[in-house]
Amino acid sequence: MKVLGMIFAGGRGTNLGLLTTKRASAALPMAGKYRAIDFTLSNMVASGINRIGVLTQYSPRSLIDHLGSGKEWDLDRKNGGLILLQPYMDLNNALWYRGTGDAVHQNMTFLRRSDEDYVLIGSGDHIYNFNYSDLFNFHFSRGADVTFVYKKLDESYGHNDYGIIETAEDGRVLSFEEKPSDPKNNNAFLGIYFINKHLLMDLLYNTIPQSEGFDILLDVLIPNIKRLRFYAYEFDGYWRNVKKGINEYFKINMDLLNKDVRKSLFYSNKAMIHTKLKDLPPPKCTGTSSIKNSIISDGCIVAGRVVNSIISRGVQVKAGALVENSILMQDTVVEEGAQVKYSILDKECCVRTEKRLIGRKEDLLVFEKGSVI
Amino acid sequence: MKSNVMGMILAGGQGTRLGVLTENIAKPAVPFGGKYRIIDFTLSNCVNSGIFKVGVLTQYKPHKLNAHIGIGRPWDLDRKGGGVTVLQPYTYEEGNVWFRGTADAIYENLDFVDNMNPKYLLILSGDHIYSMDYMDMLNFHISKRAKATCACMNVPLEETCRFGIMVTDLERKIVEFQEKPKHARSTLASLGIYIFNWEYLRQLLIDDAQNEKSSHDFGKDIIPRIVEDDEKLFAYEFEGYWRDVGTIKSYWETNLELVQSIPQLNLYNNSWKFFTRTPEMPPAYFGDDSVVINSMVSEGCEIRGVAEKSILSQGVRIGKGAIIKNSILLTGTVVEEGAEIYNTIIAENSYIGKNVKIGMGEYAENIEDPRVYNSDISVVGYNATIPDNTVVGKNCVIHSNVQENDFESNIVESGQSIFIRG
Repeated sequence: MKVLGMIFAGGRGTNLGLLTTKRASAALPMAGKYRAIDFTLSNMVASGINRIGVLTQYSPRSLIDHLGSGKEWDLDRKNGGLILLQPYMDLNNALWYRGTGDAVHQNMTFLRRSDEDYVLIGSGDHIYNFNYSDLFNFHFSRGADVTFVYKKLDESYGHNDYGIIETAEDGRVLSFEEKPSDPKNNNAFLGIYFINKHLLMDLLYNTIPQSEGFDILLDVLIPNIKRLRFYAYEFDGYWRNVKKGINEYFKINMDLLNKDVRKSLFYSNKAMIHTKLKDLPPPKCTGTSSIKNSIISDGCIVAGRVVNSIISRGVQVKAGALVENSILMQDTVVEEGAQVKYSILDKECCVRTEKRLIGRKEDLLVFEKGSVI
Repeated sequence: MKSNVMGMILAGGQGTRLGVLTENIAKPAVPFGGKYRIIDFTLSNCVNSGIFKVGVLTQYKPHKLNAHIGIGRPWDLDRKGGGVTVLQPYTYEEGNVWFRGTADAIYENLDFVDNMNPKYLLILSGDHIYSMDYMDMLNFHISKRAKATCACMNVPLEETCRFGIMVTDLERKIVEFQEKPKHARSTLASLGIYIFNWEYLRQLLIDDAQNEKSSHDFGKDIIPRIVEDDEKLFAYEFEGYWRDVGTIKSYWETNLELVQSIPQLNLYNNSWKFFTRTPEMPPAYFGDDSVVINSMVSEGCEIRGVAEKSILSQGVRIGKGAIIKNSILLTGTVVEEGAEIYNTIIAENSYIGKNVKIGMGEYAENIEDPRVYNSDISVVGYNATIPDNTVVGKNCVIHSNVQENDFESNIVESGQSIFIRG
């Protein structure tokens, strides 16, 4: 059995405000050295998928730069490997991707030409560590046409932000509701589908050309929920979606200060998370540094105080500066005596001497790439 | 011009004076600076200088080194033409032959170099930590119309007895070579970095291979021979950063130099990066109880104790209340709660039990090999286990793969060595 991977990475994630003015949400820096898409991409590679199409649209430069030839994920291959699928124009059309279904439909050639029989569809916005092999086995043992992945969400997730799946005992999907105001249960669909390739192609041919809507879930798959065998597989590990908003993005990063979350994302034996390497020296803590409950990445020089924060590669926190409950992205500098609390500083920001950026937990301060404060 | 140059890195040495650190691996593969290995510096200097044809000559325990270099990807040395080639001793009709010396190692690979057809051959050593643009040296070589050039550095007069010393004329032509002299006539020490015109060196090597009295070594035979012939051999004076990490003490000092506020070796220079192959790990985590000052903490570390003036390599775990001072912990070392470690080098994947104390008491001469172990520094080998509550003195050696039952008591006096029993 060979599986083709497809990753949606074309959305902006409008809820992410300044963080996604110049990048797609899938390219958001995570956990000091990663980007959001690393997780889904690495999960696929760990599950033996080695032909992966990444569908891009919104501001893809940083994403393309990050993915490169796919080398870091062992996806620079003679056969298959990483393929970037961007919207294009031809003699008849010049259409953007009008929705996820349309995006796949426009790349039908990619599906047709590949020799894989199954397709795994995921999203570049999701942070989780999952070896899909169990999902494949589930799919075959149930004789399913389409398998969805769901998770029982607790209260820390938005109440009506997710599609809700109702299943029978054996996992057969009985109904699906997109973001209901009054959910029947907490089985949230995770945006991960496993499907026979030819079935997917048929469904797309039959819907997209004459459809009003272009969503792969709502317009292509769900209308067939009674006719086809839809099953749902439960994932019980850590899973979060960065696209939900700035607070969610902040929470995911802060979750990494929790040992169990770190363990399930980075030290599980299921999938090794790869990312583009930068060859920076290990972080250096000088004689005046004090670091509590924080993550510090390569290339950093810390001379000040850092508490409950995520510090990305190449950041400098100078003597007498304080960084608390914040996320500092690559190459940001916090100068002497400055204070940063409850803030997200995008790449290459500079907080000048003695400046104070004091946000609140419910009201985080966010600064765009290259801000000088 | 750059495509005319090829680098050959001598990486076959055992590095006997690094003791247990080279018990299982060749010296160039010994970890350095938290995430690097010693050979990374030479390899990175090559690619940063634009040299993309590199041969690495291995002999002593090369597995780790081979795995590290692989096809040269981390250094961008996976090339269509050239790239990196690992050259090991091989057999031919007359039988098995090990490389008899550094010059012999090149001689045995004469065909390999000929195939690359370089005009200039750069001979390097995989044993040193330095940052050097070989193109500056090549420009010097060409401008002097030299047949050979040797990179040199001024060293303090009292240290000249440890080096090969070059005496030059005003034009920088070498007129005399003194190997580890008692009374040096110059302070210019050879760094073991040479550029030769390949045609010229080729003939020298063929002649040398025939000479039964020769030890087939660049420093001992080839260079003296060139001086004797009064050929155009020049000394290129290098003024940048260069360190020999050949002894336990110098290895320890050079590592710890990196935690100074402005170290001489700049690892942060974006236009002169040092590349390496490392396991992929998430960034370091500092716990609520961590106190880390003047230290480097690599990816994958989880720190809950105290670290001062230390290098913590990838994946090191420090338990609550543990204290690490003036020490170098290599990849994957685990230090349990309450342990105290002073002036110690701990090799990869070792386990230090609860409340273990290392580096206590007074200095005593090492019983095993005082030539190698002659400082306050204690050394723990690879995959060793030190059981809970053990107290280890200064200048001690815990050999690789030692387990709990190899310890006779929970006190290891200064200068003692612990071996695997039986």
